[in-house]
Amino acid sequence: MKPASSVLLLTTLTGFGYGLLAWLAVFALCGGLPDSRWFLPVAVVVALAFAGAGLVASMLHLGRPERAWRAFSQWRSSWLSREGVASLVTFPPALGFAVLWWLQGPDSAVAIILGLIAGALGLVTVFCTSMIYASLKPIRQWHNPHTAPDYMLFALFSGAVLLALLLAAWTGKASMAALVALAAAIIAGIAKLAYWRFIDAQPPLATLASATGLKEYGEVRPLDAPHFTENYVLREMGYRIARKHAAKLRRFVVFAAFLLPAVLAALAALGAAPLAASLVAALFTALGLFTERWLFFAEATHVSTLYYGR
Amino acid sequence: MTSLPQPAPNAKKLGLVIDLDTCVGCHACAVNCKEWNTGGHSAPLPDHQPYGEEPDGVWFNRIHSFEAGCGSSSKTVNFPRSCLHCENPQCVTVCPTGASYKREEDGIVLVNADICIGCKLCSWACPYGAREFDELAGVMKKCTLCIDRIYNETLPEAEREPACVATCPSRARHFGDFNDPESKVSKLVAARGGVDLMPELGYKPVNKYLPPRKASIPTKPQEQGGGTGNALLRLLDKVLSR
Amino acid sequence: MKATRGIDYSSPIGDEVAHTTCYMCACRCGIKVHLKDSQLRYIEGNRDHPVNRGVLCAKGSAGIMNVLSPARLRKPLKRVGERGAGEFEEIEWEEALSIITERLANIRATDAKRFVFFTGRDQSQSLTGYFAQMFGSLNFAAHGGFCTVNMAAAGLYSVGGAFWEFGEPDWDYAKIFLLIGVAEDHDSNPIKLGLGKLKERGAKIIAVNPVRTGYGAIADEFIGITPGTDGLFVLALVHCLLDSGQIDTEFLVRYTNAHYLVIDAPGTAEHGLFARDESGAPLCLDRADGALKPASTIGADPVLLGSVTLLDGRAACPAFAILAERYLTPDCAPEAVAARCGIPAETIRRVAAELAEVAFNQPVTLNVPWTDTSGRRHETMQGRPVAMHAMRGISAHSNGFQTCRAIHMLQMLLGAVDTPGSWRYKSPYPKPIPAGPPPCGKTHLENGALAGSPLGFPRGPEDLLVDEAGEALRLDRAFSWDAPLGVHGLMHMAIAEAHAQDRYPIDTLMIYMANVAWNSAMNPGDAMRLLTDKNPDGSYRIPFFILADAFFSETVPYADIVLPDTTYLERYDCISLLDRPIGSAHGPADAIRIPVLKPDRDVRPFQDVLIDLAGRLKLPNFADAEGKPLYSSYADYMVRHQRKPGVGPLAGFRGADGDAIGKGEVNPDQLDRYIANGSFWRHHLPEDQLYYKHANQAYLQTAKAMGLIDCDTQITLQIYSETLQKFRLAAQGHGAHQPPERLRARLEKVMDPLPIWYEPVEATMVSREEYPLHALTQRPMAMYHSWGSQNAWLRQILSENRLYLNHETAAALGIADEDWVVVESRNGALTCQARLMEGVNPNTVWTWNAIGKRSGAWTLDKQAPEAERGFLLNHIISEYLPPDANGHRASNSDPITGQAAWFDLTVRVRKATDAEAGATFPHHEPLRAPFRVENPEHLQFGAKLETR
Ligand SMILES: Nc1nc2c(c(=O)[nH]1)N[C@H]1C(S)=C(S)[C@@H](COP(=O)(O)OP(=O)(O)OC[C@H]3O[C@@H](n4cnc5c(=O)[nH]c(N)nc54)[C@H](O)[C@@H]3O)O[C@H]1N2
Ligand SMILES: Nc1nc2c(c(=O)[nH]1)N[C@H]1C(S)=C(S)[C@@H](COP(=O)(O)OP(=O)(O)OC[C@H]3O[C@@H](n4cnc5c(=O)[nH]c(N)nc54)[C@H](O)[C@@H]3O)O[C@H]1N2
Ligand code: SF4
Ligand code: SF4
Ligand code: SF4
Ligand code: SF4
Ligand code: SF4
Ligand SMILES: [Mo]
Repeated sequence: MKPASSVLLLTTLTGFGYGLLAWLAVFALCGGLPDSRWFLPVAVVVALAFAGAGLVASMLHLGRPERAWRAFSQWRSSWLSREGVASLVTFPPALGFAVLWWLQGPDSAVAIILGLIAGALGLVTVFCTSMIYASLKPIRQWHNPHTAPDYMLFALFSGAVLLALLLAAWTGKASMAALVALAAAIIAGIAKLAYWRFIDAQPPLATLASATGLKEYGEVRPLDAPHFTENYVLREMGYRIARKHAAKLRRFVVFAAFLLPAVLAALAALGAAPLAASLVAALFTALGLFTERWLFFAEATHVSTLYYGR
Repeated sequence: MTSLPQPAPNAKKLGLVIDLDTCVGCHACAVNCKEWNTGGHSAPLPDHQPYGEEPDGVWFNRIHSFEAGCGSSSKTVNFPRSCLHCENPQCVTVCPTGASYKREEDGIVLVNADICIGCKLCSWACPYGAREFDELAGVMKKCTLCIDRIYNETLPEAEREPACVATCPSRARHFGDFNDPESKVSKLVAARGGVDLMPELGYKPVNKYLPPRKASIPTKPQEQGGGTGNALLRLLDKVLSR
Repeated sequence: MKATRGIDYSSPIGDEVAHTTCYMCACRCGIKVHLKDSQLRYIEGNRDHPVNRGVLCAKGSAGIMNVLSPARLRKPLKRVGERGAGEFEEIEWEEALSIITERLANIRATDAKRFVFFTGRDQSQSLTGYFAQMFGSLNFAAHGGFCTVNMAAAGLYSVGGAFWEFGEPDWDYAKIFLLIGVAEDHDSNPIKLGLGKLKERGAKIIAVNPVRTGYGAIADEFIGITPGTDGLFVLALVHCLLDSGQIDTEFLVRYTNAHYLVIDAPGTAEHGLFARDESGAPLCLDRADGALKPASTIGADPVLLGSVTLLDGRAACPAFAILAERYLTPDCAPEAVAARCGIPAETIRRVAAELAEVAFNQPVTLNVPWTDTSGRRHETMQGRPVAMHAMRGISAHSNGFQTCRAIHMLQMLLGAVDTPGSWRYKSPYPKPIPAGPPPCGKTHLENGALAGSPLGFPRGPEDLLVDEAGEALRLDRAFSWDAPLGVHGLMHMAIAEAHAQDRYPIDTLMIYMANVAWNSAMNPGDAMRLLTDKNPDGSYRIPFFILADAFFSETVPYADIVLPDTTYLERYDCISLLDRPIGSAHGPADAIRIPVLKPDRDVRPFQDVLIDLAGRLKLPNFADAEGKPLYSSYADYMVRHQRKPGVGPLAGFRGADGDAIGKGEVNPDQLDRYIANGSFWRHHLPEDQLYYKHANQAYLQTAKAMGLIDCDTQITLQIYSETLQKFRLAAQGHGAHQPPERLRARLEKVMDPLPIWYEPVEATMVSREEYPLHALTQRPMAMYHSWGSQNAWLRQILSENRLYLNHETAAALGIADEDWVVVESRNGALTCQARLMEGVNPNTVWTWNAIGKRSGAWTLDKQAPEAERGFLLNHIISEYLPPDANGHRASNSDPITGQAAWFDLTVRVRKATDAEAGATFPHHEPLRAPFRVENPEHLQFGAKLETR
């Protein structure tokens, strides 16, 4: 599948944003946030800015962005529609969370309830996003039990990293969030490795023989495609990445998205230059996850390209 | 509605039968489809760099050719590919806007270009690569089963069939109602063992493909000569007994 | 809901519809052109049309894009720079016409043959030929010489019809169908419709072809023959049938000359000719009374085998006896030819058995009484449901004439000529054998016209157009000892011979509708070189070159004057019975094309221009006694011209009231009648005339009455060709007309009265070890020669081509899919990309024809894939064979008919080096169009105006 930057941005940025939102609610509940009137509202705005940026980016992917509002109508059947609805309904409670917090302070039960609702809705949004991919039967690398949990894990992981950075920036000290980020990096990294193991072992969905109904005639090979130059289906779905290249990028992802942030989160948790460590961790997480998402597309094969021998 | 309709008990199930035993791969159906549809319901079907380096365009029907098997039993198969108007099409259910829909009355899967936002998700959901994106209009397009021909009352009855069917020079394409066991398409499928493409994906395509077959002529063992002389005698026999 | 989804189910296609004839290829299908607001909207097949019955091929469906092509020429052009540089000045029609008139008038007044007129893919050869005849130049020919003339000739000299466009399988009754060397054919849609019918009935289709694609893909059996060996294969089938005695002797004695007695007097001038009585009638021996009598005697029971002593004491034997003896030899047995043909002997035996099984155990009987030319009434029509069709897989080899004769012999032995279920004549065929008068070129009338048509049918050496030394009178050497039966001329030699000037210099070369500097050049590099070559004095070696084309083809830059033609929807055309008609086995038919659109450019239909020129030149029958033009336009000519009294270009709706068919007075309303009838006319033959046309009394009488033939006597099929034997006798030194020494041996070999197989000529002169692979081309179904690439829709299907190789062959050469490879022949090398496949004879490589384009031509982008990765196999072919011992280079053609031997090419293939890979070679300088090119970035044809 073609890794379109708008979609890569959408999925990674909303992960950061809604992941952060979820952790803010949890930390708020547990009293793990700085005792400041301002921290949470700022953090929520940061979270929403990330999510919003992702959503705006996704609009760029549309052929008719001015009609984007229509995407809210089919929530009964379409995960994309649900994603849209969920992402929007996350905003009011999230804003309420921030505003009430600001007005009433960290003890506001209503604020925390709103926060928990917003956090949950954020995660629901991420889940909806993940299900857009996980539900697509023609793409085996997406349509599997890993996709949805992975998206949730990566959102929580990136949210934790972002929270750790915000806390370090605010307080200049080590924080619990860094520890959470460390744990999340390890779990997310393992999940990614498990995913790769899974897709590498997975048999293809179909063969050209079953795609053409010619199973009885032996192996089927393409002779001539309908045209020589690329078409929409091939541009969109025929993107292929060389194994060698993919392996290299996978190593980079493991390093940049998980290993390095884990080490840096550990440092931050230990109080060794927490701000710098969290900042670098966040930057690498972003870069790593963006690459991870790129690979998630680039390594995905669409069954329709069988017809073109790809 | 993006959710799949519950077809009425007497609804039609319209679609195509494509006979791989007869298709010579001439691309007539593909070009005539383009010609009809570029001015039809889904007008236009744009072309990019029409005289340039990478010519490309929107086609609702594309013709592949494949080789199957090896050695003397191998075959060449020409293979037209267009929307199969699936009974269980995910291209419809994924659509966030309802632009992509399956019609209750005849099962035709269509895109409403007036509300499509061009998110392309339906094309990702189609295992058959049957959806075509109009980059200039920013909307998805696809085979309409020639909705503006098959019900077109300005056409004589006999011409109310899809353009690709009407034009196919070897008559490898057939159109009809699969819910009517007496229709030509139902009978062909029954008689010739029509198959589904990628049944394992569960889309339940309506269009069916008829597999290639092999006619043969049984012969009796032949008398075979022992040299020119004998054969001439036998010929003489034949010639004399005329 | 429907309303919101904006479906308009029932809008009319357009507001106007015109019925005319497609010309995206030579098949001539009937089309309905729909216009909306006077703009093209949709072209579809005409369901009432006899050719295509409503279907339309890919090309036909893309007609709109040809009519709107940015490569259309816009105005007459006069060359101002060097030839080939593409520098032109736009001129007015009047200027162009007066330049040409002046030049041609001068030529006509001095030496008319210095005007050379060759026409390509056009369908107006009866007009263009007539123009040449009235002009007085014998140097006229149509494209058949590089196309399929050897099959046309073989058929016309054997059965009075031909596969080409003159016959068709009986799709309704055939039970087995042999499709030999056909990829697409002039009968594009009819063949597809027919194959569909065969499939529906479960008849067996056997494809004999080195390559399995298209039609071959749906064949029930594929026989991947080695190129050039079909003659061996067919003669082995004949061997098997003779061997098992499974032949239709009844058919042979009734309808062929198998029983004619052939004089057996070796060394004499009569050897191999028919024994005749005083009246000249060929004789047979009646076994009932042992008497010699005219072979056509009703009720005679002629012997077919054995030997006879003639009254003059000479020996003779029935033609069939010679035939039987020849093909029963072990040399012709399947086992002897299997390896050479690449077909297992068992397969050949089985195919023979299947043919015999179907012919003799499963005959088709129609309960239709009919009467033969001997007056015998038959209660039924019995047929042998074995049908065959063959095309350029046979014809594009230098042994194609004889191979095609072999196929016709096989049909005759099976009794499968124009019987139910077999191959059938398309009206106006059959024609007598030979099919018309001999070629004319020696004698002029007082008015300067040739006494007859420059193309014709020689009956023997006396009819050749040669000088005293036996050398050719025609520029292209047709009807000379180089190509005695060159009945369509040798268009592929025109430029080479015009340049060679070894007999006489020419002045003006006029080419109409042929891309002679590219894909119809056997070697385009040579053609371009010859067209630009100069004399020491700086003048061009080929002094003047006029081109009539509609588009910016590769040839345009080489012309001195370019006459821009209209597209096919902007003019009248005539698909005439005098020409290449659209008749079918069901009866004669013809058609017209009508202008559906007004040209938006300063272009004129070439036929109008030719008639205008003929008037200006005051050519006989184009101008009246006062020198005033007789016809105002082609449409006028189509209606009023009469070739013979009552016979004109159009056979339908003749006579004052439009009811006469075939023959009749001029009907001024004829075109309106055609238009009202969908722009075609057809005559349905009654049931009893549908088969056995060569001996069907009612049919032949009808055909004569309609002016299709001059004489209604039986057309006896010539399984043994006395005509060929006459040429052979000459080669052996008999008679007044003798070939030049250099050609004797070859003529003696090839002019065999019975079908033979010989090695394709090029193969005998080129080392097999050095060039082990055969290299072929095929017609892609969705492209027409070179003119498809300008079509925005069609070019998306085939914008490049590959060299296809068998997997195993490629593996042995270390070549993988998409690798760049170098293909070398004796004539040069080219670079292209490989594609591997299973369904191709391992000794064969092939590619699609005419996809490769010269950069810039057809106003395509200079980097268009057609130029960057497309390639033309012609670059390594040549119109000449390697020099013989005396340094003479013969034409690379069938020695009997002059048919271009495109497919005799042999090559070797290797993987390209890194330096060679990346773009096709040869790569000529990009061309620049002689007008401003404004190619759109996108097309949105058909976009609804209201939504824009
Ligand atoms: N290697 C190889 N070469 C081959 C063959 C092969 O099999 N292999 N086949 C050979 C055969 S059989 C043939 S017939 C030739 C065909 O070769 P050509 O006769 O060269 O045929 P086209 O490429 O169709 O070129 C026809 C020309 O007519 C022009 N034209 C198109 N429409 C019109 C019109 O309406 N009016 C006018 N005035 N001009 C028009 C086109 O622009 C083009 O320049 O190729 C031969 N060349
Ligand atoms: N779409 C389309 N239609 C066309 C044309 C076109 O350019 N495009 N051109 C028109 C013209 S001008 C012509 S002449 C006709 C020609 O129509 P075809 O006769 O179909 O011509 P080709 O495509 O040259 O096909 C030749 C076939 O013969 C096979 N072949 C080659 N050598 C041998 C051999 O030795 N033995 C056997 N058995 N087979 C062999 C090749 O593999 C190929 O399949 O088509 C006409 N129709
Ligand atoms: S073929 Fe593809 S586009 Fe057509 S209905 Fe099925 S899933 Fe949808
Ligand atoms: S591209 Fe259009 S039709 Fe397809 S899913 Fe998106 S909105 Fe629906
Ligand atoms: S049914 Fe109509 S739209 Fe669909 S492939 Fe055929 S011609 Fe095209
Ligand atoms: S028109 Fe018919 S024969 Fe030609 S490609 Fe289409 S289905 Fe096949
Ligand atoms: S076969 Fe195709 S291109 Fe040729 S005349 Fe018929 S419709 Fe036109
Ligand atoms: Mo041809």
